[in-house]
Amino acid sequence: MREIEVPMPKLSMTMEEGELIAWVKKEGDQVRAGDVLCEVNSDKVEMEVESPADGTLVRYAAAEGDVVPVGAPIATLATEAEDLLGGLLDPAEGTTTAEAAAEEEKTTAPPDAEQAETPPASPTQARAPVVPAARRRAAELGVDLATVTGTGRDGLVRVGDVEAAASAGAVDGREQAPTGSATLPLRGPAPGAGSVQAAPATPRASAAVGEGDVEEIPLSAMRRTVARRLTESMQSTPHFYLTITVDAEALLGFRAELNGQLQDGGEDVKVSVNDLIVKACAGLLRTNPDLNVSWGGDKLLRHRRVHVGIAVALEGGLIVPVIRDADSRSLTTVAREARELIGRAREGKLAAAELTGGTFTVSNLGMFGIDQFTAVINPPEAAILAVGAAQAEPVAVDGKVEVHRRMRLTLSIDHRAVDGATGAGFLQQLKGVLEQPLRIVA
Amino acid sequence: MTTTETQVETMTFAEAIRAALTEAMEADERVFVLGEDIGVYGGAFGVTTGMLDRFGEERIRDTPIAEEAIMGAAVGAALCGMRPVAEMQFSDFTAHAMDQLVNQAAKVYFMLGGAVSVPLVVRLPFGSGTGAAAQHSQSQEAWYAHTPGLKVVMPSNPADAKGLLHAAIRDPNPVVFMEHKLLYRTASGPVPKGDGVIPLGVAAVPREGGDLTIVATGIMVSRALTAAEELAAAGIEATVVDPRTLKPLDDATILERVRATGRALLVQEAPRTAGFMAEVAARISESDTLYYLLAPVRRLSGLDAPIPYNPDLEKASVPQVPDIVQAGRALVEES
Repeated sequence: MREIEVPMPKLSMTMEEGELIAWVKKEGDQVRAGDVLCEVNSDKVEMEVESPADGTLVRYAAAEGDVVPVGAPIATLATEAEDLLGGLLDPAEGTTTAEAAAEEEKTTAPPDAEQAETPPASPTQARAPVVPAARRRAAELGVDLATVTGTGRDGLVRVGDVEAAASAGAVDGREQAPTGSATLPLRGPAPGAGSVQAAPATPRASAAVGEGDVEEIPLSAMRRTVARRLTESMQSTPHFYLTITVDAEALLGFRAELNGQLQDGGEDVKVSVNDLIVKACAGLLRTNPDLNVSWGGDKLLRHRRVHVGIAVALEGGLIVPVIRDADSRSLTTVAREARELIGRAREGKLAAAELTGGTFTVSNLGMFGIDQFTAVINPPEAAILAVGAAQAEPVAVDGKVEVHRRMRLTLSIDHRAVDGATGAGFLQQLKGVLEQPLRIVA
Repeated sequence: MTTTETQVETMTFAEAIRAALTEAMEADERVFVLGEDIGVYGGAFGVTTGMLDRFGEERIRDTPIAEEAIMGAAVGAALCGMRPVAEMQFSDFTAHAMDQLVNQAAKVYFMLGGAVSVPLVVRLPFGSGTGAAAQHSQSQEAWYAHTPGLKVVMPSNPADAKGLLHAAIRDPNPVVFMEHKLLYRTASGPVPKGDGVIPLGVAAVPREGGDLTIVATGIMVSRALTAAEELAAAGIEATVVDPRTLKPLDDATILERVRATGRALLVQEAPRTAGFMAEVAARISESDTLYYLLAPVRRLSGLDAPIPYNPDLEKASVPQVPDIVQAGRALVEES
């Protein structure tokens, strides 16, 4: 019988730590390989952690509610499972060399920023050379260097490679991200993770100031992810904003008529204003490919498919499920999928793959009566549309004052990737389509 | 700034040094010059030409061929309140005088608890390129920079030579003032009139560019500037930093410029091993500037070999303009 550690698995490309929600097995329980040990909340998704082998769950290394870095242990398992990794599983107690002790330290200790920066991908694999400035850039962007392909001589990783990986990482991530519960390696980082990522640098709240006046609220994994990604977006992306006013009378009329007919026809779907806007944007992104892009550091990545994210507010955070190929799917399909995604988002049941790969996002605060606002771009996308409320206001029509419901749309754009005229053209066309809403389904 | 100070005249490097010596001697009677053949002959490189007639034998002192005596007399005079400027005919000959310079001049202030200082300037014509062979062509600035208590100055153009020599003469401590022999006649440029001082420990940035930073000393500054023009023609813009004073070193300016460009090319004529640019490279790598590097720091230096007599080999043994162009190009293209 040998004791091994069960690490926090890496459940998505962007996952750096997980919150242990609940233990399913108790200390002392006999477990079989594949049994669910516990439930974990990663960036945005809840997943089950399975036992890597038959054996006994000896003890917990993390309590419910703990936030544990990827790769750090959450439990110790006693097992007689065959050692398929050729001695790599032997506990460090059995050896006395400093190297083994150091390796043990790396694997078991919660990583600090320095330690986590350059852990070897594996004991035998040589570390790729990295330009110092690229190392600094990787830390800034939260990029795991083990996932970066160097394009310099002998695989040298340069600044541009890191920036390209940062831009492409989330887009490619959907191909690799697991959708169900994950199987675990017996020790060390999960496959594909390569290394333990550095925890995001967070200013430590000063306990000395105003003690008693301030309540410290531990951050959830989602709050951390939102904070990290939006900070990264605002710090690394030069935003600019374009606002246009849309007459919503025809759009609202169309929606009412459409929903009436859908109901008459026995369809169990209602189309929202947001669905109409998502669908209109998707169609226009197909014909305006220069906006359906990501900044790639030393290149521009133009996406061949149109995946529109919809920002959903949750208790304690924000999440952006993605409607894939929204341009080529019918309005009612988009509406159904949006409803379904939003529902599961609120239950915390979205898979990682449903949260990545967007090429554009729509964020709507119209239901709160917000006139207009500017949204933070969701990297690596190049644009996000902020939708305000449709409100009745006086408007001049053929020399007379009429009252129309109008709404304001504000497009935030990554100026590295897209210029003003491109964004303005898109917004102008969007206004045209929304004011002649049959074109949305044309 | 007065009107006279803003006026400028064109002079050679040698003339600029002579102007500084003359102005300093006119302004302060404690200042005097001693060395081999500096009087009647006007110095091996003509720096003190005409000064004997102007100031007389008391203040322009021809000495025996005995460097230890020159240095010892200068240290003694400085201790007694004079402001001697000693010339070593060739910097190589300082080897004879090292005990006086290193064990006396550099240490007295400290060993006597600050009771006396040694306001001495040692002028050292140094460097290769004159066909003077191994014993008359060395660049030994690292020796002096490595000795606590000595300041080391290495101007690269006439204006700096004058302003820095004024600062060195006024400095209360021993200053080693290194003059590249090739500059004496070939370097010519505008020099401000008057005895304006260029403070020790302040680097100059004679050229700015975004792609790499070339740090160069002495004759290598003008070679770096010529190379930078050729690089610019190839689309590579170089910043050139001239430390001017090696000790104290203005590393803030160097690090700032290296951070801004992400690439550092360090150029010296002296041999590579334990040369002064090794110190600059170390300061880059032990500071945060390391994290801004896009490529490893690159050094260009003289060979770890005595300077050859054969003119072609002499030239080949120290960095030339095409070497700097090639190294700068490789540094940018490979990173």
